[in-house]
Amino acid sequence: MAEPQRDVGATYGTAATEYAADRAVGTSVEGAPEDTAGRSQLNLAFHRFIHHRMALAGLTIFVLLVAIAFIVPHFWKWGYAEITPSFASGPSLEHPMGTDTIGHDLFAQVMQATQTSLKSAFIVTVLATVVGTVIGAIAGYYGKLADATLMRFTDLVLTVPLLALLLVLANVLSKQSSNYIYIAIIIAAVLWTYLARLVRGTFLSLREHDYVIAARAIGARDRRIIFRHMVPNAMGPIVVNATLTVANAILIESALSFLGLGIQPPAVSLGNLIANGQGSATTEWWLFAFPSAVLVLIILAVNFVGDGLRDALDPRQTRVRA
Amino acid sequence: MSGEALLEVENLTVSFPTDEGIVQAVRGVSFSLEPGRVLGIAGESGSGKSVTTLAIMGLLPKSARVAGSVRFDGRELLKLSERQLETVRGRRISVIFQDPMTSLNPVYTVGWQVAEAIQMHQDVSKKQAWSRAIELLELVGIPRAAERAQSYPHEFSGGMQQRVVIATAMANDPDVIIADEPTTALDVTVQAQVLDALKAAQKETNAAVIFITHDLAAMAGIADEIIIMYAGKPVESAPTDEIFYSPRMPYTVGLLASLPRLDTDASEPLRPIPGSPPQVIDLPPGCPFTPRCPLARERCHEEEPELRPFGEGHLTACHFAEELESRGGEEIFAPIAEDTEVVAG
Repeated sequence: MAEPQRDVGATYGTAATEYAADRAVGTSVEGAPEDTAGRSQLNLAFHRFIHHRMALAGLTIFVLLVAIAFIVPHFWKWGYAEITPSFASGPSLEHPMGTDTIGHDLFAQVMQATQTSLKSAFIVTVLATVVGTVIGAIAGYYGKLADATLMRFTDLVLTVPLLALLLVLANVLSKQSSNYIYIAIIIAAVLWTYLARLVRGTFLSLREHDYVIAARAIGARDRRIIFRHMVPNAMGPIVVNATLTVANAILIESALSFLGLGIQPPAVSLGNLIANGQGSATTEWWLFAFPSAVLVLIILAVNFVGDGLRDALDPRQTRVRA
Repeated sequence: MSGEALLEVENLTVSFPTDEGIVQAVRGVSFSLEPGRVLGIAGESGSGKSVTTLAIMGLLPKSARVAGSVRFDGRELLKLSERQLETVRGRRISVIFQDPMTSLNPVYTVGWQVAEAIQMHQDVSKKQAWSRAIELLELVGIPRAAERAQSYPHEFSGGMQQRVVIATAMANDPDVIIADEPTTALDVTVQAQVLDALKAAQKETNAAVIFITHDLAAMAGIADEIIIMYAGKPVESAPTDEIFYSPRMPYTVGLLASLPRLDTDASEPLRPIPGSPPQVIDLPPGCPFTPRCPLARERCHEEEPELRPFGEGHLTACHFAEELESRGGEEIFAPIAEDTEVVAG
């Protein structure tokens, strides 16, 4: 007897969540009862996502990290550039992640570094996604000459060894400013290519869909067809790729900073913290371990979210309601 | 057959260059359409029906070579720029495509899509467009239209989706609606309902309709005139009744003989047309139907018959149309049970 009852409970539970989600997404238009409002693909994807355990865990960890990195510094007793009385001390209640040889509180520094990494990753992702989508969309939609020109240019950017280019650019730029925004722009200048290729491929197949011809048949212009009709349909791959770009950007930024060409001290990033810490990894292990652990945690969390999104947004996904 | 023609197509040809050669998809189609009339275009797959529609709307890919003339309301459509065509598409001429599952955008509600068509050409507010969209959805027979307008295409059945497409097509009160196999992707029972919706749309907008199908039965109930196409060319053109009661082209006769009928003995076998339509790459000289025609003779292999008048408003492209006067399909074509070997000269 207990079994069926639990099922009923679960069913109601699901229905309630779905109802709430429908309201939250706000598909309703004035005057219509909520319960007949349609379930958009976005809606369905959302339900698939929240039933993806690893993705949800990844998202939770990511949100927690963001919250800690951006909120806790306001209350933390040490500033990231502040020299504390104790130096080179291991983790303690006073300094949860220990202090470095000069006396910086590592916890404050890691939070600051995470902020920098996340902010630059955000800029990279937005820039790379917008540029990549527009270029890929134009190439895929118009084909022919536009496609050939844009894609050969993309290939050209892709053939340039990523790290070498970044090193040169970062070297030039970092002499003028160590601002994370510049570093982000440099990274975005390379990362958009992956998205451009992906979006172009998606558009090549979307272009043949009847609704694109139908949109032309009602008199829609190219710009409207591309951005109102096709881009929303390509949103799945775009979102997934954007998520993975976040992870990529953090890694590349860290690599640059590790090599001393990204964020310059006294500004901190996970990369230069790890670089500073690696020299003393055997004696003051915490200097190396904590920044690395946070970096790994962020990358893993973002990748799990990306995985979850890919599964959720895959139109071939048959399991509609978990 | 009197009155001002709204749409006049003259000697329209469409060809596509491919690796195997030039595909002559449409080899000279001419017809004229008067306001409020329904013209049926019938033919097998690959006979050039859909390409004709797309050519009229200027929706063919750029690789297509289009020649001839399409005059609409005094303007030559084939010569218009893309910008000028945009003011015609959806506003004056609209299209209903074959597969409603794919001709609606999956990410928008059906109401949004009908409203979009309205806003594209009319200067109305979002709200006005939305309420007009609901009216249109009601008109094509969508129950509880105000609520259903907020559903997404995947929540609709094929028949319902096609009604939405019809509502979109009539959104701007067009002069011509081109229905490109609107019932082909649907169940037989649903087909009748969609045809009703199409008739309602025609009544409301008083538009002329070009109804394209390979289903002669669906056509019988809706068309005023019918053009039968074969291998990219019209082979017979006549008022609907004439086509059904006195076809003057062996191909038409064959099509009719292959249909199940209510007025004959059920035990009577169907009579298919043997063989399949020719490739439209490098067609040999002569009538393209020759290899499948039971009446084919020497002359058919050498000379392609031109469309010629045969009685009031009746055109046929057969050298021996006169012989068909006394012979029906059951006489010319072999029943299904018998040997269906290709009859060639």
